[in-house]
Amino acid sequence: MSTERVTNIVVAGVGGQGVLRATDVIAETAFLAGYDVKKTEVHGMSQRGGGVVSDVRFGPRVLSPMVPDGEADFLLVLEPTQLEPNRHRLKPDGVIIGCDRINVASLTHPKTLNVALLGVLSQYLDLSCELWCDALRRCFPPHLYSVNEEAFELGRQADGKACRRE
Amino acid sequence: MTAERRELLSGNEALAHAALACGVHLGTGYPGTPSTEILETLAAIGGKAQWAPNEKVAMEVALGVAYGNGRALVTMKHVGLNVAADPLFSAAYTGVSGALVVAVADDPGMASSQNEQDTRRYAIAAGVPVLEPSDPQEAHDFFFRAVELSEQFGTPVIVRLTTRVSHSKGSVELRPAGPPPRSPHFERNIAARVLIPAYARPAHRRLRQRLKEIAQWNETSGLNLVLTGTSDLGIIASGVAALHAREAAPQTRLLKLGMSYPLPVQTVKEFVRGVKRCVVIEEGDPVIEELCLTHGIPVEGKPEEDRFGELSVSRVRRILNGDCPPPPPPASTRPPQLCPGCPHRMVFEALRDLGCIVAGDIGCYTLGVLPPFEAMDTCTCMGASIGVGLGLRHVLPPDQARRVVSVIGDSTFVHSGLTGIVEMMYNPPPGGHVVLILDNRTTAMTGLQDHPATGRTLSGQPTHELSLEGVCRAIGVEDVTVFEEHSNKESFRALLREKLSQAKPCVIIVRRECLLAMRRRKQESLAAQQERVTCQPSE
Ligand SMILES: Cc1ncc(C[n+]2csc(CCOP(=O)(O)OP(=O)(O)O)c2C)c(N)n1
Ligand code: SF4
Repeated sequence: MSTERVTNIVVAGVGGQGVLRATDVIAETAFLAGYDVKKTEVHGMSQRGGGVVSDVRFGPRVLSPMVPDGEADFLLVLEPTQLEPNRHRLKPDGVIIGCDRINVASLTHPKTLNVALLGVLSQYLDLSCELWCDALRRCFPPHLYSVNEEAFELGRQADGKACRRE
Repeated sequence: MTAERRELLSGNEALAHAALACGVHLGTGYPGTPSTEILETLAAIGGKAQWAPNEKVAMEVALGVAYGNGRALVTMKHVGLNVAADPLFSAAYTGVSGALVVAVADDPGMASSQNEQDTRRYAIAAGVPVLEPSDPQEAHDFFFRAVELSEQFGTPVIVRLTTRVSHSKGSVELRPAGPPPRSPHFERNIAARVLIPAYARPAHRRLRQRLKEIAQWNETSGLNLVLTGTSDLGIIASGVAALHAREAAPQTRLLKLGMSYPLPVQTVKEFVRGVKRCVVIEEGDPVIEELCLTHGIPVEGKPEEDRFGELSVSRVRRILNGDCPPPPPPASTRPPQLCPGCPHRMVFEALRDLGCIVAGDIGCYTLGVLPPFEAMDTCTCMGASIGVGLGLRHVLPPDQARRVVSVIGDSTFVHSGLTGIVEMMYNPPPGGHVVLILDNRTTAMTGLQDHPATGRTLSGQPTHELSLEGVCRAIGVEDVTVFEEHSNKESFRALLREKLSQAKPCVIIVRRECLLAMRRRKQESLAAQQERVTCQPSE
């Protein structure tokens, strides 16, 4: 395993946006890559609209499931109002990945925004495209797979990188 | 050799897998975040799991299984143990012949609860051992140990989970099935099982003796680990706090207590002797700290400020550095709201506009307290709405008393509202009372679980459906109205006005399915239809 240290990712959004699904996919991908993984979240209520934050960490050995404040390498923000309340999670040179990173209008389904941002994130991580797609397959029911894979690809291409080239 | 299986699981799922592997005969409980998914998972992977009307009944059903030599799992959130405390305390006296494992999920930080009570206090008060897993792997492994301990000593065992253990996911190495349980059968043991004073007195002595033996067992149980490090400082920690501590101070010697009560006193003494000073890092109340001090072991605790909320790596670093607590973190993110189109909305608009004094209860509808409704005046614990409403009716001056309404959800009503209705009919306030049951056909708050009045079991099978109107009438309420015309706000207001003006006890059942429950039901029937189609033999 190449990464010696733990990679810390925080995903923030509001209920119904698929924050937890997003961290599930990251955790699954890292798990498939053979890393020790922990993911945590605060959830509980069925109602819509509350803020939801979820942390994923992976590396050779992960202790606490929570990303310590100021140590997140990446902060994914699915809803702009959730940036400020979570900015303190990011380390000084950490990367914010927000909706502005992709062309939201070109998503086939707005609900796949979470996965599109994972596509953007994937450009920064040393996890293969095959693993990401395997993880998507495990985390979504078959009939939702292709629309999500498409969203992932959109995010992955956002800055020029793509899974399938030529 | 059985092949090892590694899976990415939450603590709740990992515990359910262990329950299945241990051949648990029955899992029972009542939903409550963050414990709910244990039984849902157990049912999904092929175990027998069922929802009880409340935690007390669940504990009693589980106790019956364990009296019958079976293996039982009972699950609940921390406040559920308040409801189940009565049978738990007595079960500690009677002991069990099979296994009784009580999985209780605490919620430090109150992500979704009304208080931060620490289940370990109950373990000590009742005289029941408590295990504290720190992550999903340990939630899995410790369950096997809990069954072993329960059967070896004939004691109920508590597994204390916390939000970060229940809901965190991690890689879990699943153990192969353990030795099969004994076959259930009944052996008469009147002196042990019937707690009349003459039998209970020796039972109390047996309990204290048993705890001594368990403390001895715990010295070599393998549940408590010393992680190497320097000796200027030692840390004693349990649960997820032990992981925070190890991350915050990887070079510091650490005693991780997997079973904090009964305390392995010799192990702790030896550890403390080996370090210059020793700090206890635990989430919630200073339970381990107090146990150590009671045994004359010199340890330091955390600052009072760190009794509140969850611990984290940064908080532990600060405690170890002896820094003053920083100001509380920025106000958390957006609070939840009732879903757009939620059937509860219409009710709270009416309560607001009619100026009612609302004795509320716990569920999605508690959000009626927030703007734009602000139509709830009390909410303490499940079921309290009816009693509190009656008390207000008894004592308030008439112009206020006649505006008092009790509001309770369907699941909460079955959990602990029934006896409130009995009270209403037994000791009716002079001005009568109005109880509103918000029957959205599900336990929405905790993620849409079924309950006795939905007529479906935990696994979605049809079963006897408790009739809310029928049970209210049977208790003696003559005036029971079922309101189902949700589009007609005005007629609901008129009904409420009418009931408030007549000075007698009455119940209004507002029946309209929760939107999310309806959506899920439709998805399920669609999926079932598709399955039927795809299962057609192909030509
Ligand atoms: C003793 C206890 N057990 C469990 C809970 C968790 N809990 C809170 S409200 C609730 C039930 C909510 O269902 P219902 O009354 O039908 O209202 P709804 O959320 O559907 O509106 C549960 C299980 C609790 N707070 N206290
Ligand atoms: S989950 Fe159901 S009961 Fe809860 S707020 Fe939404 S619609 Fe209302």
